[in-house]
Amino acid sequence: MKYFYYPGCSLEGTAREYDLSTRALLKALGVELVDLPDWTCCGATAAPAVSRLLALALPARNLALAEATGEDLDILVPCSACYLNLKRAEKAVHQGGDARREINEVLAEAGLACRGTARVRHLLDVLSRDVGGDLLKGRVRRRLEGLRIAPYYGCQCLRPYGEFDDPEDPRSMEPLIRATGAEVFPWSAGAHCCGASHMTTKPGIGIELVAGILEAAAGADAVVTVCPMCQMNLEAYQGRASRSRGSDLKTTVLYLPQFLGLALGLSKEDVRLDLNLAVGEAFKNQAA
Amino acid sequence: MERRTRKPGFHSEGGSEPDVADVLAAVRRMIQPCIQCGTCSGSCPNEFAMDYTPRMLWRLVLSGEVEEIFHSRTFMLCSSCYTCTLRCPRSLPVTDAMAGLKQVAARLYPDRYRSSVEFSRQFMNSVRRHGRVDEMEFMFFYFAGRKNPILPFQFAPLGMRLMSRGKVRISLPSLSGKSVLDPIFRKVESMESAS
Repeated sequence: MKYFYYPGCSLEGTAREYDLSTRALLKALGVELVDLPDWTCCGATAAPAVSRLLALALPARNLALAEATGEDLDILVPCSACYLNLKRAEKAVHQGGDARREINEVLAEAGLACRGTARVRHLLDVLSRDVGGDLLKGRVRRRLEGLRIAPYYGCQCLRPYGEFDDPEDPRSMEPLIRATGAEVFPWSAGAHCCGASHMTTKPGIGIELVAGILEAAAGADAVVTVCPMCQMNLEAYQGRASRSRGSDLKTTVLYLPQFLGLALGLSKEDVRLDLNLAVGEAFKNQAA
Repeated sequence: MERRTRKPGFHSEGGSEPDVADVLAAVRRMIQPCIQCGTCSGSCPNEFAMDYTPRMLWRLVLSGEVEEIFHSRTFMLCSSCYTCTLRCPRSLPVTDAMAGLKQVAARLYPDRYRSSVEFSRQFMNSVRRHGRVDEMEFMFFYFAGRKNPILPFQFAPLGMRLMSRGKVRISLPSLSGKSVLDPIFRKVESMESAS
């Protein structure tokens, strides 16, 4: 298994542990990553709020870079917002018509073009379908029995495209969690919205959404995430969410590859648990 | 949030400035087949904080009630979760239509929607300068643009936690610099102003 790797901006900053643990996990699984050379920002949720065309052209530049290498590899993307933007551009180019023509008219200014061969995959897509629970199970060195893990999918890896899971009832993380020996915590908040950038621009609304998700996670030993925005919202505002509900909503939240990496025998230093904002001592004692 | 009581759709006369009506045309085309079933409203995680429900907003768009639309906070509260898009029985691009209204507001009413518009604007400026977003610099200019002296202090504790983990760096913010993306931004601007 070999992929182009598009980390995205957050994974170079506030989500460094997502980048480092993804690389460590995939290396341990024998998956090869080729860093996409000179990649640039996908536009996040800011570009679609400003310009339809910019929101297509920014991600399309990265697809064009992948195509220009001449290597026929899927592009693996850990961030759900990056994934959605790159996937939208992939579909627009693939479908042809006006959007493809406009995209290539813009990219020509940078000496690039999209032919429509690049294919974008979310990290969870690769882990659940290319790697799979069975392969993972065979590599487990530290069984994480007794832990109840709440899979949190968020929005943009599932919707609107639903390429690798049922967006109304996502289950793709469950075989991966069970492969470690842990239990899947039954809950219905796994595909609820974390509020995304509302936490900055309209904090009252963001806190309300996060508090609802943390409340639903009561009884789980940890929540696992596959998006830097979800992770940040769920881990960084637990104090304010608790005060808004008048109850203690503190919960361990970590990235899925950090959790799976621990089961494969990687150390807590390898998966950089020191960079997380909400990993409890009880969880560290049990899992790392 | 107090719900507006006025029933949209029954006051289709007046209120719309022609130039704004033109820019609304793209959004209207997206949701023209809307049957007012309300699935979008029932699916929306932010509906509790909106003045008009999404369903009511689409009715306002279809009847061209520009003033009502751009005094509403509804479309700016869309967090792009795409649940409405997934569930719309007519398969309309509902989330894209919300984004279309955000684009109009960013161009024509930036002061009314200052927090959201400033957030997107500063994010894109940072991307244009560096090719990738510099999270710390972007937040610096966002706070500066909001002109609210209290605001940065609400985020200071988180900033300290992130800095102590080496996740963000303090560097001198700079408004200068162009990245490989500059030609792409310029071309998009020229194509959009021509259309």
